[in-house]
Amino acid sequence: MEYLAVFSPLIAFLIAFLFGSKLGHKGCQFVTCAGITAAAIASCVLFIKVALAHGEAYTVPVMTWIESGAFTAEWALRIDTLSTVMMCVVTIVSACVHYYAVGYMSHDECRGRFMSYLSLFTFAMMMLVTADNLVQLFFGWEGVGLASYLLIGFWNHKDSANAAAVKAFVVNRVGDFGLAMGVFAAFFIFGTVQFDELFAAAADNAGVTMDLFGFELHAMTVICLLLFMGAMGKSAQLGLHTWLPDAMEGPTPVSALIHAATMVTAGVFLVARMSPMFEYAPIALMVVTIVGALTAFVAATIGLTQFDIKRVIAYSTMSQLGYMFFALGVSAYGAAIFHLMTHAFFKALLFLGAGSVIHALHDEQDMRNMGGVMKKIPATYVLMWIGSLALAGIPFFAGYYSKDIVLEAAWADHTWFGSFAYWMGIAAALMTAFYSGRLLFMTFHGKPRMDKKTFDHAHESPPIMLTPLIVLGVGALFSGFAFYEYFVGHHQFWAGSIFVLPDNDTVAAAHHVPMWVKKLPMVMGISGLVLAFIMYVKFVGLPEKVTKAFKPFHSLFFNKWWFDELYQKVFVENAERFGKLFWSSDKNVVDGIGPDGVAGTSKRFAGVLARFQTGYVFQYAFIMMIGVIGLVSWVFYQAVTGGMQ
Amino acid sequence: MIEFPVLSLLTFLPLIGAVLILTIRGEEAIVARNARWAALWVSGTTFLVSLYLLLQFDGTSGEFQFVENVEWFPALGLSYAMGIDGISLFFVLLSTFLTPICVLASWNSITKRVKEYMVAFLVLESFMIGTFCALDAVLFYIFFEGVLIPMFIIIGVWGGARRVYSAYKFFLYTLLGSVLMLLALLTLYHQTGTTNIPELMENPVGRDLQIWLWLAFFASFAVKMPMWPVHTWLPDAHVEAPTAGSVILAGVLLKMGGYGFLRFSLPMFPEASELFAPFVFWLSVIAIIYTSLVALVQEDMKKLIAYSSVAHMGYVTLGIFTFTAQGIDGAIFQMISHGVISGALFLCVGVVYDRLHTREIARYGGLVKNMPKYATVFMIMVLGSVGLPGTSGFVGEFLVLLAAFQVDTVIAALATTGIILGAAYMLMLYRRVVFGAQVNKDAAAMSDLNPREFWYFVPLVALVIWLGVQPGIVMDKVAPSTEKLVTLYQNRSIETAAAQDISEDSSEDPVRYEELNE
Repeated sequence: MEYLAVFSPLIAFLIAFLFGSKLGHKGCQFVTCAGITAAAIASCVLFIKVALAHGEAYTVPVMTWIESGAFTAEWALRIDTLSTVMMCVVTIVSACVHYYAVGYMSHDECRGRFMSYLSLFTFAMMMLVTADNLVQLFFGWEGVGLASYLLIGFWNHKDSANAAAVKAFVVNRVGDFGLAMGVFAAFFIFGTVQFDELFAAAADNAGVTMDLFGFELHAMTVICLLLFMGAMGKSAQLGLHTWLPDAMEGPTPVSALIHAATMVTAGVFLVARMSPMFEYAPIALMVVTIVGALTAFVAATIGLTQFDIKRVIAYSTMSQLGYMFFALGVSAYGAAIFHLMTHAFFKALLFLGAGSVIHALHDEQDMRNMGGVMKKIPATYVLMWIGSLALAGIPFFAGYYSKDIVLEAAWADHTWFGSFAYWMGIAAALMTAFYSGRLLFMTFHGKPRMDKKTFDHAHESPPIMLTPLIVLGVGALFSGFAFYEYFVGHHQFWAGSIFVLPDNDTVAAAHHVPMWVKKLPMVMGISGLVLAFIMYVKFVGLPEKVTKAFKPFHSLFFNKWWFDELYQKVFVENAERFGKLFWSSDKNVVDGIGPDGVAGTSKRFAGVLARFQTGYVFQYAFIMMIGVIGLVSWVFYQAVTGGMQ
Repeated sequence: MIEFPVLSLLTFLPLIGAVLILTIRGEEAIVARNARWAALWVSGTTFLVSLYLLLQFDGTSGEFQFVENVEWFPALGLSYAMGIDGISLFFVLLSTFLTPICVLASWNSITKRVKEYMVAFLVLESFMIGTFCALDAVLFYIFFEGVLIPMFIIIGVWGGARRVYSAYKFFLYTLLGSVLMLLALLTLYHQTGTTNIPELMENPVGRDLQIWLWLAFFASFAVKMPMWPVHTWLPDAHVEAPTAGSVILAGVLLKMGGYGFLRFSLPMFPEASELFAPFVFWLSVIAIIYTSLVALVQEDMKKLIAYSSVAHMGYVTLGIFTFTAQGIDGAIFQMISHGVISGALFLCVGVVYDRLHTREIARYGGLVKNMPKYATVFMIMVLGSVGLPGTSGFVGEFLVLLAAFQVDTVIAALATTGIILGAAYMLMLYRRVVFGAQVNKDAAAMSDLNPREFWYFVPLVALVIWLGVQPGIVMDKVAPSTEKLVTLYQNRSIETAAAQDISEDSSEDPVRYEELNE
């Protein structure tokens, strides 16, 4: 069953990729959809067995991977509550996206290859979540990065897509630098990279220090912060987030699967998985909280101003990831995974819905050229509303439950950074609801702003695209209500796959916060939507006036806080400058003193400038060699005769 | 019992083949054809013999195996000694594996003096195998230097426009290093009275002498690696060499430096190695960062890959001088993996060079449309070079960095930045050559891999992935030998440390005394 869940996407990928030309597009689509369906069913069975029926957690060894001295890394599948939850989320969303992509990509000449990449991604993600050691996790981590790179750059004739793909990979590598260092540090302290052994030894090593760059630092904090750096890259947290909006160059199903529902949440999963270590690193937890809170806030501000429908959702994803991280930071791991799950459903729904809109309007992505299409595509319209309401945290939709518990936990942490996260989260909640409303009203309401031909041709998506949307819609409606008790209610659910120190149990404390703390997110959500309604439906001229009134803020937000420009100046240009500098120093300094210098000197000595073309230097070299051989023979002879005497 | 001298057979089989090819006479076209087929058969057979070696090799032992020992110049105490352990085994296999592929890669791209070309390649193969099998320092030296001659000829005769400059630069550089090494060998002989490598390993010379000898050997091996700042011959040599020449150069010749460190510097001069380790670390780190940045701004495909080789070799030297099992295992694995990956990358360049006769990156673009098979192979090799887990490139790099972190965190952090830069320059290369719009008409008209090309890439691709998923097939056989090396090395350090302690603590220290009593 475990093998079926993890490896059927791999087999589907191999078949579709290697024999794609023989199978044809239909064959590829069939194979990959069959593979992912099998994986999804197997995952659900495992979830029921291990998580819901309180089965034993276990590990399936596959084979040895790297073994060197005291270092061992195995290929193995770790099946516990946390991994089965992730497996279900990954495979269900992935299955929806697979089916959706059959319809969405139906005009693309490489659609077979596209399907195979989706399966490759799913396999890598499954390896990531079932890893039983840090190195296999790293394999999955980089594997999803590869799939993401291939899929962002799928339309590889477009330069912008290629640039975005490379950017995504390289920025993620910056994060991976931290992750790799974290793995090295963990091995340095614990002598193992295996999760069970690490976690068992965590409490005993809580006070150990280590030398890093000449400083004597708290080892657990160092390890956790380095691992968190990896998480920041993959989950687009503030500082390493610049690749995510650009990643929207990829086809929309990719954005839904990788850049909203699954891959970007890998960082959240990593921290939750490593909770037995993070718990002993309070400073690392504080950093996680602050970074998460800032990300939630900053991303929301940018989301307010964007016009590309996919980028709005992308920034909203980044913002929601921020929520998950500050939940992790206040030790509310269950709440973070809960939000991860509900978010996967409603965000995938929003993206696929947006894709449906884009599809209907013939690849139009700019919301300024949309409007008034709600009658044309009613099913998409309704589904987008469901997704948006869930995102905005309106009662009884999935996001309401998960966002509330996250914010309550932050409050219940009773630390300055917990409160900081709470207020940042509240502000972001208002903005989230506002831009969700803005997106809906600009896209579906008002007068059509596209040309008449496009408007007339706008059509509802085929059933193969709508069915997955409905499945996700059901998730966005009910997953919060249905799983609240399990994820953040009673703790036996996680059964040791998540570890919280008794003092840090904010999820339990979150149930006893004051009423206003509980109600404020909901108030913010509703007022955000109302505000958006006023600005984009009632008084259509208002947004422009507001923009003018807050010009500096607007340009700050609209230009994404100038992160890209800063990085371009500081890193990219300097790397090129130094590259050119070193290259010229190779030619001028190293060679100038070295071989060319030697040759030049010999040239002057010999005074045969004219003859210095080709042959002379060889002669020179050979003469030198003959001389050396002579010298050496003499020494050798001396040695031998000396030895004989 | 006299065993069948399988190593000698392996070493001299290509040489015999070369002699046979020399005797081929007749019309030029027929000679060329026969020479090609003969070279393929000879190198293929050699590969099969080396596979026999792999099967017979006892992977649980760290001792030398298949040992041959015949007196050579008894008066001088020289002997013809051959033997391999886990460290050398895979270098032998790498040489025999890459040579037939090189012959295939040169099938149509070499049109003039085919006979001589094939002879040069077989001689080269013979010397390469000899270098890794030799257990006598003088014999090693002869093979080690002998390699220079066919390589020099291959670059100088069949190379590109600036071949003569490059060939002499290559020759001068390596000559300088090897002369110093020869002097060191002679001194070593003078001191110990033997040139037998296992004996030399057992009997290290005094500390002061070690330092000088270490430096002399270092000069030779550092040039071969090549380490920064004596790397500048490499890009030139690669750019001008014919494709197959680049493959062997990057695939095998560069590894001779690393092999030399493992065979000579570490076991014979342990104290000097320890003394110079920080120095080597810094050179390695500079190599990784410096050459990666240079690779980032290259316009020439071959130069870019050549610079990336220098960076990858930086990991090797870094790993070796951590003196840990992970570091040395990682370094060896990195060398094997780099041999396959960089060889394949140069073949990838060769494929398009054969069609368009330019190495300029900007002259290509959008190849994925007309060359999908090529694009796939190239992608896998790029990923291997980037060190993606699941490819062979990851294992070595990871183990080396893991080991470096245990020794020095600053060095490890600086070296790890290489994974970021590596991703940047390789993906930029790929993007500009394979992706993008098809702006160049002639590049867009190129045909995809033909069957010959396709089939010589298949084993390379398979190996990169197989070694990446199951590195144990190499590691298990290497491990006992590295373990032996590391224990040998550690015992030495403990001995010397103990010796120092005794001399320093000759005045009685009560605490220490008590500790000893317990």
